[in-house]
Amino acid sequence: MVYADEFTSTELLACVASHLLKNGKTFFVGTGLPMIACMLAQRTHAPDSLIIFEAGGVGPKIPALPISVGDSRTFHKAVAATTMHDVMSAAQSGYIDYGFLGAAQMDCYGNINTTVIGDHDRPKVRLPGSGGANDIGSLCWNTIVLIRQDKRRFVEKLDFLTTPGYLSGKGSREINGLPVNSGPYRVITQLGVYGFHENSKRMKLLERYPGVTIEDIIENSSFEIIIPENHGISNPPTREEQRILHEIDPEGMVLGA
Amino acid sequence: MKVIDEGTGKLVGWYDPDEHRRWIAENKSRELKDKRMDPREAVTKYVKDGDFIASGGFGHIRVSMALIYEIIRQNIRNLGMAGKTAVHDSDILIGAGCVDRIEVAYTFGHELRGLSPASRRAVENGSCQVLGELSNAAYQWRFLAGAMGIPFIPSRVLMGTDTFRFSSAKIAEDPFSGKSVCLLPSCNPDVVFIHAHRCDKYGNTQIDGIAVEDIQLARCARRLIITTEEVIDENVIREKPWRTTIPFYHVDAVVEVPWGSHPCEMPYLYFFDENHIGEWLKVSKTEEGTKEYFDRYVYGVNDFQEYLELVGGDDNMKYLSEIERYERPMKAPWLRGD
Repeated sequence: MVYADEFTSTELLACVASHLLKNGKTFFVGTGLPMIACMLAQRTHAPDSLIIFEAGGVGPKIPALPISVGDSRTFHKAVAATTMHDVMSAAQSGYIDYGFLGAAQMDCYGNINTTVIGDHDRPKVRLPGSGGANDIGSLCWNTIVLIRQDKRRFVEKLDFLTTPGYLSGKGSREINGLPVNSGPYRVITQLGVYGFHENSKRMKLLERYPGVTIEDIIENSSFEIIIPENHGISNPPTREEQRILHEIDPEGMVLGA
Repeated sequence: MKVIDEGTGKLVGWYDPDEHRRWIAENKSRELKDKRMDPREAVTKYVKDGDFIASGGFGHIRVSMALIYEIIRQNIRNLGMAGKTAVHDSDILIGAGCVDRIEVAYTFGHELRGLSPASRRAVENGSCQVLGELSNAAYQWRFLAGAMGIPFIPSRVLMGTDTFRFSSAKIAEDPFSGKSVCLLPSCNPDVVFIHAHRCDKYGNTQIDGIAVEDIQLARCARRLIITTEEVIDENVIREKPWRTTIPFYHVDAVVEVPWGSHPCEMPYLYFFDENHIGEWLKVSKTEEGTKEYFDRYVYGVNDFQEYLELVGGDDNMKYLSEIERYERPMKAPWLRGD
């Protein structure tokens, strides 16, 4: 394994996310980084992972980076071109193992906001809303959140709870009627990889990236992150992964120019 | 059934199921008749001030853009809209002042391309009202209930969130499992526009690729206008009836508009016109730029054919077809915008 000497945090984030994708599992994928991570996995260790898009594309051989979760690249040489009703029903029935999410804000339970900054009816910034996020966060067995980590995004209290994480802690999803044993699995940022504490369901550090300190982790969050002593250090991207990433996104739409 | 909680969002597009049945019986023709007309006639006939509208496809994919531009040209106002991953259509309808209220699953964004300057400005300054929040599956299932002729459908989304709090859904105790379920109200929009690959003159419609929400959206619509890349012979439909996505009795008008999804994508035929979308995203950053866009591309032309000439005519369409077929790489001009 030859590791890259230099890499951007976006490249590392994409690689770390792709490592979570296992052969024989199903993934609900969104635009941007999740798409790149899935395409990388498909071209490396997980050629038989089943990628599903919320607009109806099932199991495509993605030829080039899609711009939208509904464009024709999301059902290129797919096993099926179906409907939103079809794939969302599959998720509700328990067929989807992992769902990827992005977020403008996240709290310590993995709840996320993509709707509004400020007051809902008098917004400071109006964001697009749930889209498929609430469905993915409600219905997939595990969700993986990709988010840039800083004090403004890792907040104590969300301006708007768009998509459920563990809501207010252990058992809270089930009390509210969400599917049993579902919920956030990993959070991946430019600093590290996080999971959730078994009892409290609060976020805890699993791995930090090479060169990132514990202080960096703490300073870039407005809520307290659980930091176990025995957390790991992530591997950097390999040269091969880096090469494939730029083959997937030659325009730098997601990776940057 | 015990209702546990109720969202505060405004209930839109909902009818008592018997009232809807009566409306269908009295207003929808079951006659096999030629429904061809041009965009002007279709909009004049079927889109009225104040209507609640929904547009098919997904985001920038397979959108009835010829009708969207025609609605702006005819200056139809006070429209409500289903923001069911409504992207370019809702952005320009809000930017033109035609849509003043919207129920949001996904709106105000252009996916990878960034947020929508025009419609964001409208919602942040209060000139476009958000009627309520929803998710994509929730909207899809509101249409499903509407298509089934039932008042609501249970689901396991939205619960525990502010998205529910601002929706028109209710949470109830499921009489079978005893668990909480989210009841989504049915939706029957006044007018729906769907762009398709082909249909016959009666409206029997084929869609290639993903149908997204359009199977249910077509069936829950009160008025349905199909725009199509081509009108084909009825016999072609009858040779492979399993290919019919939408049968004729749902369809009120058939409008033949080749390239009718431009600048949005038409799967297998032509790609997004990223230059044009990039231009819109750039000029719509100001009120003046937005107005100039409409002066040039909508009010400044008589119809969609003239618009197509203005955006590059046959040469540009050929170029976009080549990108769609992977014969050329795609470029993303919005990446380099200011």
